[in-house]
Amino acid sequence: MLIRSTSGPADVRPAEITPRPLFEERRRFLLRSGLGIAAGAALWQGLGGTARAASERLATIASPLSTTEAMTERKAVTSYNNFYEFGTDKGDPAQNAGRMLTRPWTVAVEGLAGKPRRFDIDELLKLAPLEERIYRLRCVEGWSMVIPWVGFPLAALLKAVEPLGSAKYVEFLSHYDPEIMLRRPVLQWPYAEGLRLDEALHPLTILAVGLYGEVLPNQNGAPIRLVVPWKYGFKSIKSITTIRLTERQPATSWRRAAPHEYGFYANVNPEVSHPRWSQATERRIGEIRKRPTLMFNGYAEQVASLYQGMDLRTYY
Amino acid sequence: MPNFLRAPSGTQIALVKATVFLACLVPAAQLALGWQNDTLGANPIETITRASGEWTLRLLLITLAVSPLRRYTGLHWLIRLRRMLGLFAFAYAAAHFTTYVWLDQFFDWQAIARDILDRPFITVGFAAFVLLIPLAATSSNAAIRRLGGRRWQSLHRSIYAIAILAVAHFWWLVKADLLKPFIYALILAALLGLRAWWREQERRRQLSVPPPAKHLERPVIRIVQK
Repeated sequence: MLIRSTSGPADVRPAEITPRPLFEERRRFLLRSGLGIAAGAALWQGLGGTARAASERLATIASPLSTTEAMTERKAVTSYNNFYEFGTDKGDPAQNAGRMLTRPWTVAVEGLAGKPRRFDIDELLKLAPLEERIYRLRCVEGWSMVIPWVGFPLAALLKAVEPLGSAKYVEFLSHYDPEIMLRRPVLQWPYAEGLRLDEALHPLTILAVGLYGEVLPNQNGAPIRLVVPWKYGFKSIKSITTIRLTERQPATSWRRAAPHEYGFYANVNPEVSHPRWSQATERRIGEIRKRPTLMFNGYAEQVASLYQGMDLRTYY
Repeated sequence: MPNFLRAPSGTQIALVKATVFLACLVPAAQLALGWQNDTLGANPIETITRASGEWTLRLLLITLAVSPLRRYTGLHWLIRLRRMLGLFAFAYAAAHFTTYVWLDQFFDWQAIARDILDRPFITVGFAAFVLLIPLAATSSNAAIRRLGGRRWQSLHRSIYAIAILAVAHFWWLVKADLLKPFIYALILAALLGLRAWWREQERRRQLSVPPPAKHLERPVIRIVQK
């Protein structure tokens, strides 16, 4: 149980065995040249020898909101996960999330909306052009990654259902199936998260359906998850089934479990320590030495105005 | 019971000791190899921290299990493994602490001091480690002679408090899933509970036999020196 290799030598993925510069160059080449899905997949398979199906490649456009920092290896992104429904060790989700069926899948968008309705996942994939968003991800536990997500702004979906003037918050619920997931009440299931409506409508807030140009692996929250890069990772809820517009601040799972440790806002903030660990520094996965944590995870320029006049020690 | 189990020869005991010694080194060797070959997962420092911490806890509990095992199996020679097991618990605790100071905090003494002062789970973990040091330092036969059996024994009883601090350290560190620390706490409670029960029995026996038999007046201390 100590030293567990979640993948044998047989399923080495291209990102692991290809030198990163070469790999990134290839990826950019794919993006630039706008190759079709099939051609991209063929090239991918030819070069990397991966077993992934051709249809899992996603066509994306680049985004000016992406960071240019070095990305975290795909293997780390897909093998080191917090997805407690599939187990509380970092390696558990990669091992167990394969049981989850991501088709058929619908997302109910309900509550205070003019046109509430249920969206099929394939409909959501076509709702807006898929963008590649390379974001920093900072976990409340003190580690971070840089992940090339594929997704679209949450605002595009919310606008489609026409939020009412009374809607102030957005509540999110994860899929929960006791047959295939943890039954112990480690957290209250289904996992629940929430954002203020202006946070939800912010251009940085996306619904992700893929990473590294491919369909989202189950352990990363397939088929659709939230990504809010200036907040601690637990806000970015996985495998979403329900999005609800509400007037009152919704209850969230971690806050319910330990209200003094996890606030509703959970903005990355090096000045406000978690009661059990400092948030001043973080370890970027793949690096040894820690680095200073940036206010709002380095997105202060874009999001600080959302919290003007708020005491971020009170609203942690 | 076969004779070599009940009363093993000197060679047999040496063999058992060597085996236990090597077994205790296995987790450390695995971590060292894993670090070398980069097979400790996405966050190797976390893997080493957790593994060394958990092995400290396991070895502490195994050390505490020696006396009950010996008492209920009649295998008195088991006591001769206890010092080594205790010293391995200390070695893993030292590795755990070193990992934290060196790999995790990289000698950022200010951050370390803040951690120890502000974060209860680190405070109790640090306390447990500091309290282990005098026990490790007085583990030799010479130290037992110097201190005298009684004083040595009362000093080494602090291992009970240390084990409680160590489990508390793990308990308070976990974010939400308390299953594992709960299991360790349960085992520790059983091991400490047994001792409390022995004590109570001893007290009753003394009360019920007036006047107490000569050989029960003082607790029996037997320190095997070999």
